[in-house]
Amino acid sequence: MLGFFDHLIIAPVVLPAFFAPLMVLWMRFDTVSQRVFSVAAMVFMLGIAITLAVDAASGVPEVYRLGNWEAPFGIVLVLDKLSALMLVLTAVLGLAVTLYAIGSGWDRRGWHFHSLLQFQMMGINGAFLTGDAFNLFVFFEVLLIASYGLMIHAGGRDRLKAGVQYVVYNLAGSTLFLFALGTIYATMGTLNMADLADKVAQMPANETGLLRVGAVLLMLVFAVKAALVPFQFWLPATYTNAPGVVAALFAIMTKVGVYGIIRVYTLIFTPDSPVGTLAAEVLIPVAGITLIVGMVGILGARDMGRAVAYSVIGSVGTMMLALAQFTPAGTAAGLYYLVHSTLVAAALFLIVDMVRERRKGGLALVAEAPFRQNGLLAALFFAGAIGMAGMPPLSGFLGKLMIMDATRGQWWIWAAILITSLIAILGFARAGSTVFWKSYGTQVEEGDAPLPRPPEAPSDALAYVAAVGLLLALAAWTVFAAPATRYMQGVAQQLYTPDVYISAVMDGAYARAEAAAEAAAHHDEPDHPADDAHVAPAGDDASGH
Amino acid sequence: MEALVASAIGVMTAAGVYMILRMRVFPVVVGMSMLSYAVNIFLFASGRLAVNQPPILRDGVTQYTDPIPQALVLTAIVISFGMTAVVVMLSLGAFIEAGDDHIDLDGEGDK
Repeated sequence: MLGFFDHLIIAPVVLPAFFAPLMVLWMRFDTVSQRVFSVAAMVFMLGIAITLAVDAASGVPEVYRLGNWEAPFGIVLVLDKLSALMLVLTAVLGLAVTLYAIGSGWDRRGWHFHSLLQFQMMGINGAFLTGDAFNLFVFFEVLLIASYGLMIHAGGRDRLKAGVQYVVYNLAGSTLFLFALGTIYATMGTLNMADLADKVAQMPANETGLLRVGAVLLMLVFAVKAALVPFQFWLPATYTNAPGVVAALFAIMTKVGVYGIIRVYTLIFTPDSPVGTLAAEVLIPVAGITLIVGMVGILGARDMGRAVAYSVIGSVGTMMLALAQFTPAGTAAGLYYLVHSTLVAAALFLIVDMVRERRKGGLALVAEAPFRQNGLLAALFFAGAIGMAGMPPLSGFLGKLMIMDATRGQWWIWAAILITSLIAILGFARAGSTVFWKSYGTQVEEGDAPLPRPPEAPSDALAYVAAVGLLLALAAWTVFAAPATRYMQGVAQQLYTPDVYISAVMDGAYARAEAAAEAAAHHDEPDHPADDAHVAPAGDDASGH
Repeated sequence: MEALVASAIGVMTAAGVYMILRMRVFPVVVGMSMLSYAVNIFLFASGRLAVNQPPILRDGVTQYTDPIPQALVLTAIVISFGMTAVVVMLSLGAFIEAGDDHIDLDGEGDK
């Protein structure tokens, strides 16, 4: 029998799924209760995520069988250190984004912001927790459909046009995902990740042709999500045109793709298998090009939002360089940088959004009269840019240092990281000095008063709490780098011993299924013929999907 | 039958990809639907093609068809149907706001 805490694993999925309809149906026109419930849900979710992370630290992956169906037949959720880490990160980001949406009034510029946000959290959490490849697809769709709604929140011509592009791009990605899953299922006959891992390992190398096709298709899907070159085209237009608060939330979306790559290529197509080596060979050059494209994009951007959007691409490239080494040290460094880059990208998007709210000319990189709170925002942007470019003292520097340590001996990776860091510094310095400093030199014309606070925004303070909170989280990530790195090493070590994961999901599964069938048969015996009970463990999948 | 199914998937995928590349909303939506049809049949075929065979255990039957692709394809149909509805509404909104049905962003970057 499962205790209360064993059911906690599914809470990150069920909780938002409960709150979102509640907000739509019950408090549709009541912004205040929506806000209260949204913040409460996020705080609650953060608490659950931290509890789960403490739980997962024991090192044995915990398995939650949906409907108590045994592993290869039913869907399982698996909580290991990596999932727990991603859950905590998502919850922190979700809380900051909610606070900012309330403080800036973004949630009142369109309908159903908070419920869409909850559905988005549900999809992201589910994607991090699931142990079934098809279920991963389903959760991807949940998070995507919520993100379509959030992307076009508050409407407007450019946003809708960019939204259509984003949706079409992702629909094509989803189709590719299904092709990949179909290919893998046709070859292996299962889609449970642990079962797949087990079976792929037993497959003779000369029979893996079709499987390799599936593995590469799957990598393309994750590359689309992670915005790796040449699939990065959707990102700048989407992140620039999305509401700033949504762009900040989308900082975790590229990481869902990165998570997919980590999970699939350490568990199923392991680095030493004939299928997995292919992944590493392709990923390293791709990551390098992504890094260069992203960082050069910062320098080339003509507005501040695009500069930050390109820096997200660059940071994905940086972490993939480390993760694609497929060594424990590389993965630990990449994960440390992943957390850092999510926090800093979100903070930067929030800061840039505050600038957009206050500035007449939006985010264009042209000198303009000073706006409300010019100095304060300049300081925050400065801190964020330092973090993103990877200069000391913030964690970006430590992260890049660890990545370089993990890629020792590959001189071109060192060169790429160092040179692109310089380009990023130049790009951010140009953007920041044009927007914040040149303003003091320009003549203030008659009637050129800075934009006032929009009437629907209740308080600047709350918006600042969110942005500064993220920067403080970044500072904490820097100060506690030693324990954080130890945790990341634990995560990496768990990832590179996939046997533990596989046996947690699969061990005794068949035995338990038989016992359950027998018990059911025994139980039913008085009025039913025994062969009815055989049906139970087999034809289940429809119930869960 | 294998050749028929395989070529149907191939033709529909090709048509879908071609339509998506047309850069206007209507062909893109039709192309997306084509692609999702193609992938649904592909998923269906991933459990091997079998005619007139039950997917669920039954007395006196020895040959079965794989039930899991059917469950998968059902999910995929529902999702792609919902997604098509979303993209239609969204493109309609974009068309009404922008006055044209092009899918590319004009002069992106300098706004």
